[in-house]
Amino acid sequence: MLIELIVSFFLLVGASFALVGSIGLARLPDFFTRLHGPTKATTLGIGGVLIASVIYFSARSAGLSLHEALIALFLFMTAPISAMLLAKAAIHRKVTTRSRVPPRFER
Amino acid sequence: MILSLSIYAALAMLAVAILLNLWRLAIGPDDTDRVLALDTLFINTIALLVVLGIHFDTTVYFESALVLALIGFIGTAAFCKYQLRGDLIE
Amino acid sequence: MDRWLPHPLMSATIALLWLFLVNQVSVAQVLLGGALGIAVPYLTSAFWPQRPRLRRPWLLVGYVARLLVDILIANLEVARLVLGAPQRLRPTFIEVPLELTDDFAITLLASVVSLTPGTLSADIAADRATLLVHALDTADPVAVCAEIKARYEAPLKEILG
Repeated sequence: MLIELIVSFFLLVGASFALVGSIGLARLPDFFTRLHGPTKATTLGIGGVLIASVIYFSARSAGLSLHEALIALFLFMTAPISAMLLAKAAIHRKVTTRSRVPPRFER
Repeated sequence: MILSLSIYAALAMLAVAILLNLWRLAIGPDDTDRVLALDTLFINTIALLVVLGIHFDTTVYFESALVLALIGFIGTAAFCKYQLRGDLIE
Repeated sequence: MDRWLPHPLMSATIALLWLFLVNQVSVAQVLLGGALGIAVPYLTSAFWPQRPRLRRPWLLVGYVARLLVDILIANLEVARLVLGAPQRLRPTFIEVPLELTDDFAITLLASVVSLTPGTLSADIAADRATLLVHALDTADPVAVCAEIKARYEAPLKEILG
């Protein structure tokens, strides 16, 4: 019962952060602000969902179930890299933006 | 009871998130926006798979979630590299 | 020793990752993970000419703990901004001069900046002395720059030496 409550809590927190990240992607005004939503909220969202999964399957069977941590680790490592690559590509393509790109970074 | 209710709530929230990603994917306006939408779509799909795994009480979805995580990142990285390097030939 | 185990840290990571992946701890899997941990860095050592060195690895624990708290706060902050009025955001690019010189250290710092409150590392200058950071909503870019340097760069410098 207690386990169910904890799993439910992490599931709901994770899913709501994922939703917030996607709302940010949908309604923020320009590309660079939109980049913030997915890299932060969605990453934490999936973290919450994965913690729920770890707790659920660990309580379900004897012994720890940690392989979900692998996905979380991988996403936490790659989210900043894909964000930076996307930002570089956007600067390169000169997308319309509300914030001025410093001239030395325009290539 | 509580758990199955919150699983449905989580599935609903993730479904809305995926719809929002699809909307951004459709309207763009720039290609980088579309790739960002795809990247987010991948991450939301991974979360959806994990929640479904809890719902059906099985771990078979784990591998597909892991593969999605790998492919999503590689796709984004490949697009950005193409954008950054493609101009060199012109 | 140096020839057969060129990257002890990477070997340990690979062995641990293997155990996570198979999701069980048995003698056979530990041996297989250990074998992979030795074989992969040995076979790919040509790709890793320099090894990252941690001068004070024990400080990393506190750093990661604070980082997790900051990530949580970052998300609440971003959630508030996203659900608020997007037209009132003040997005800015900030140039952060770097004191770190090591590639590995700069990569870590850039990732940390991306994961924490309202900031995102967007690019690095060709001479690797300036990090371009995008802030979602800021009134005072200079303060953000100072905070990144004091809160995230200085401890990294101490840990990595």
